[in-house]
Amino acid sequence: MNLTGLAFVVLAAALLFFLVFLQRRKALPKLRAIPALARLYRAVGLSVEDGTRLLIGLGNTSLLTGHAGAPLAGLGMLRQLSERASLSDQPPVAVAGEAPLALLAQDTLEAGYQAAGAGEYYQPTTGRVAGLTPFSAAAGTIPILSDESVSAAVFMGHYGVEAGLLAEAAERDHALAVGSSDDLAGQAVWFAAAPEALIGEELFAASAYIGGTPAQTASLTVQDILRWLIIAALVVGSGLKLLGLF
Amino acid sequence: MQILALILAVATGLIVLIGYFIPAVAPIQGIVLNWAIILAGAAALVGVFNLILVHGTKVAQREKGSVYSAILLVCLFGTFVLGLVLGPSHPGMRLLVNGVIVPVEATLLALLAVTLVYASIRLLRRRTNLMSIIFLVTALLMLAASATLPFGEIGFLNNFVRPWLQHVLALGGARGILLGVALGTLLTGLRVLSGIERPYGGK
Repeated sequence: MNLTGLAFVVLAAALLFFLVFLQRRKALPKLRAIPALARLYRAVGLSVEDGTRLLIGLGNTSLLTGHAGAPLAGLGMLRQLSERASLSDQPPVAVAGEAPLALLAQDTLEAGYQAAGAGEYYQPTTGRVAGLTPFSAAAGTIPILSDESVSAAVFMGHYGVEAGLLAEAAERDHALAVGSSDDLAGQAVWFAAAPEALIGEELFAASAYIGGTPAQTASLTVQDILRWLIIAALVVGSGLKLLGLF
Repeated sequence: MQILALILAVATGLIVLIGYFIPAVAPIQGIVLNWAIILAGAAALVGVFNLILVHGTKVAQREKGSVYSAILLVCLFGTFVLGLVLGPSHPGMRLLVNGVIVPVEATLLALLAVTLVYASIRLLRRRTNLMSIIFLVTALLMLAASATLPFGEIGFLNNFVRPWLQHVLALGGARGILLGVALGTLLTGLRVLSGIERPYGGK
């Protein structure tokens, strides 16, 4: 029985609920600035004003694997962006490299439209399966960038090296690309090839920055607390090991 | 109906989560995961219909690039019919996969090599800061240390710089990033599990 793991999850959950309560009372500090998200925020506003499209990529991992956190974070971002951009002349498009993820994207897009009071404008074809392998999903996304007046593309999910093709395509079509991945190779490629990249846990912070819910903002504080706990455990563990006590 | 969906989703998620920590729950976790795999298979079919709908609409409305959509649909139906008639393990079907899909993906991978070199060259123009410089210098050092050079390996780079970069700096950084990703995944999962965030049921 892995009680340490269970205790860690229970601690995280308890902190989350406590901080959601505090957040509702506006008792949490403000978030630090992330330039990529500030630029994305501006790009979303501009796309609505000039009638261009937003593209949200959710990656190509199965929701049944350990990489499911990244596309779920992407869905949180999609929810925010669909609500903000639902009244644009060109509705936002979400693409996924996995069928169940595309279905969740459709549901999330519809929820965003309904929240904006524009439920009747929702089109199911705006949540799409781009392809079922990483490269075929990239190949299926590139024509959307070039043919459908996309001015900003957000990629939040599990991306590998195929991210380079997407960043290159976005740059060629003068669309702002904000890339992120939970995969180390994917992050390195986004950093090198995209104008803006989110590194590490910034991927999970994004939706809190784009007008997120109290729970999303509280999550960031919990992540910080747990990170400091892990750092303390690593330092104390190293010290004890050095002294031969552990 | 939405409350029922929420209760079902939360209960299922809790069973799967607890199954990782308490072995007694693991058999139930296995059953639930098997159901999820079957549902994901059914969702793949829905995904194919979505693909047909999106590209069929493009062809019907003669949108830009509709020729490619038409080729995709013809190939999709052709492969589907052949797969039904011959079966997925037939040599003809394997030839189709090995002769078309594998070379196309390999071509994209080769294209990616050129794309990444080009992106690296432009990196300093796009984002001139300390991190970009460190990124490029590290990449160049690793390339110089790993490459097969006509005059033989550069001993200092290969024996000292590369292992140090790889096993001290890169490994430490990678572990730090992965810890951040793991914490983010945990918190995102907890939000979905507790029903605070629901990417299902239109909420």
